[in-house]
Amino acid sequence: MSAPGPRGAPRAATRTPLPVPGLGVVREIGRLFALGVHVVGQMFRRPFQLREFVEQFWFIASVTILPAMLVTIPFGAVMALQVGSLIEQFGARSFTGGASVLVMIQQASPLIVSLLISGVAGSAICADLGSRTVREELDAMEVMGVSPIQRLVVPRVLAVMAVALLLNGLVSVVGTLGGYFFNVVMQNGTPGAYVASFSALAQLPDLYISELKAVLFGFVAGVVAAYRGLNPKGGPKGVGDAVNQSVVFTFLILFFINAVLTAIYLQLVPSKGI
Amino acid sequence: MGIEVAVEGLTKTFGRQNIWSDLTLTLPAGEISVMLGPSGTGKTVFLKSLVGLVRPERGRVLVDGVDMVGSRERDVYEARKRFGLMFQDGALFGSMPLFDNIAFPLREHTGRKESEIRRIVLERMEMVGLLGSEGKLPGEISGGMRKRAGLARALVLDPQIILIDEPDSGLDPVRTSYISQLLIDLNAQIDATMLIVTHNLDIAGTVPDNMGMLFRRGLVAFGPREVLLTSDEPVVAQFLSGRRAGPIGMAEEKDQATIDREETQGVVEQTPAGRPVMPQLEPTPGLPRRQAVRRRQERVRAMLHELPPAAQRAVVAGFAPEVSA
Repeated sequence: MSAPGPRGAPRAATRTPLPVPGLGVVREIGRLFALGVHVVGQMFRRPFQLREFVEQFWFIASVTILPAMLVTIPFGAVMALQVGSLIEQFGARSFTGGASVLVMIQQASPLIVSLLISGVAGSAICADLGSRTVREELDAMEVMGVSPIQRLVVPRVLAVMAVALLLNGLVSVVGTLGGYFFNVVMQNGTPGAYVASFSALAQLPDLYISELKAVLFGFVAGVVAAYRGLNPKGGPKGVGDAVNQSVVFTFLILFFINAVLTAIYLQLVPSKGI
Repeated sequence: MGIEVAVEGLTKTFGRQNIWSDLTLTLPAGEISVMLGPSGTGKTVFLKSLVGLVRPERGRVLVDGVDMVGSRERDVYEARKRFGLMFQDGALFGSMPLFDNIAFPLREHTGRKESEIRRIVLERMEMVGLLGSEGKLPGEISGGMRKRAGLARALVLDPQIILIDEPDSGLDPVRTSYISQLLIDLNAQIDATMLIVTHNLDIAGTVPDNMGMLFRRGLVAFGPREVLLTSDEPVVAQFLSGRRAGPIGMAEEKDQATIDREETQGVVEQTPAGRPVMPQLEPTPGLPRRQAVRRRQERVRAMLHELPPAAQRAVVAGFAPEVSA
């Protein structure tokens, strides 16, 4: 080991594969999936980071609850007014309640949740993890033998999922109440017809699919935010870009998943009919 | 006592850019080694490869039988508990006060009682001179303090290998020499294998037992400190004297145009400094003697005949006072 090592002569041109267009995208998606699988695997590893989970849950809940309600009330109103005026032309005014509620629970509620989860929770998680990555905090953690995925990412993803689940319930209730208010008070609908048409059209699986969507959205939003946060490109500016991309990607993916799930659900679960 | 780190044929490439290839060296157990190199030669990447944060394409890093490059992730995580790594700017967790930062590895890896954790953390904080700052956040303290806090955090698990990334960057000369003394004292106290990555000549001249240098995508040399300090290899000599005349240019290597111009017009010559081999720092009086010194003497004595004559003289001159002491 004393002898001066051979001067590392530049190796004869190492094989560099030709760049194939589109390969980068596929690679990114593959890495994203790998992280998702990794996160699921690490969820079952002890010790569970309860403290981190509770802190993150609290944080995400506190920044999403109020905006969720504020978005939902006018949304429920718009839905009631729009559906009401349309359905009135068909002479089926008594079904306004049922129709608007179905739209609210099955579609609007998970989408409102997805907007808030990716826009508020996802961006916060991405920025947090991104700045920690840039400051080498995550490297430091790994060197200390602590997996950042298990220690930081898993509690965050679980927190987002839990908040999404509960937030979806909240949004459904607030949206329904908002719709009721506007239908009954503004459009002179009858309370009885609203409730009756609601229970005539709605069924429990509507709520199940809604909650399933919310949980899935929570998972995807958490993993995408974590993925972008763990791989920022080049310094503080990179963190800003990563947050931006994470929100946009999450939107795209969530709306796509929503379309797929809705299509499957409508095929699998027969509508209740009247 | 520290353990040996054996690096074999390590090669790392980022995209198309080869950082270094075929690094082979051994960090002797319990000794202090320094890795020198101009900025941008992949010193930090080398350090991170040793703990498995960066995965080189080829080669092995053997630490007590575990290959930090190719082993399963679980084994690598386990082996990392033997390491302490001090990052360039401390890499402290920004949201935690210093105390929690330094207690972090203990809380994660040991089931110790909080009172015991407190005792260990305060002991380490005293070691690096940070007592009284337990409650401060990393954002509220100076760069030098962040470095020392990072060092304290690297020390709480009693690592057998300590890696230190640029301990001097951003510090004034006085603080740098305090850090040098701290590192020597540390080695005397815990006898860990240490690798310091730096381009500070004072640290390079007085702290290490062994020195290496990275340049042009490879290892120029690695061996006992006297070998590099007396080396007439142009790169090493230029670097250690901090002059412009030599193969190192502003952008890592000099381009041909610069070399030609210097040949025809000459370089503005700075005072040529014949650098005498400075004696190595001793631990602060009162601390135990460094056990590495004795082990190294035996090791170097055994290979003395392989060294260049200038290095041999320096080695022998260095032995004399240590033996009599």
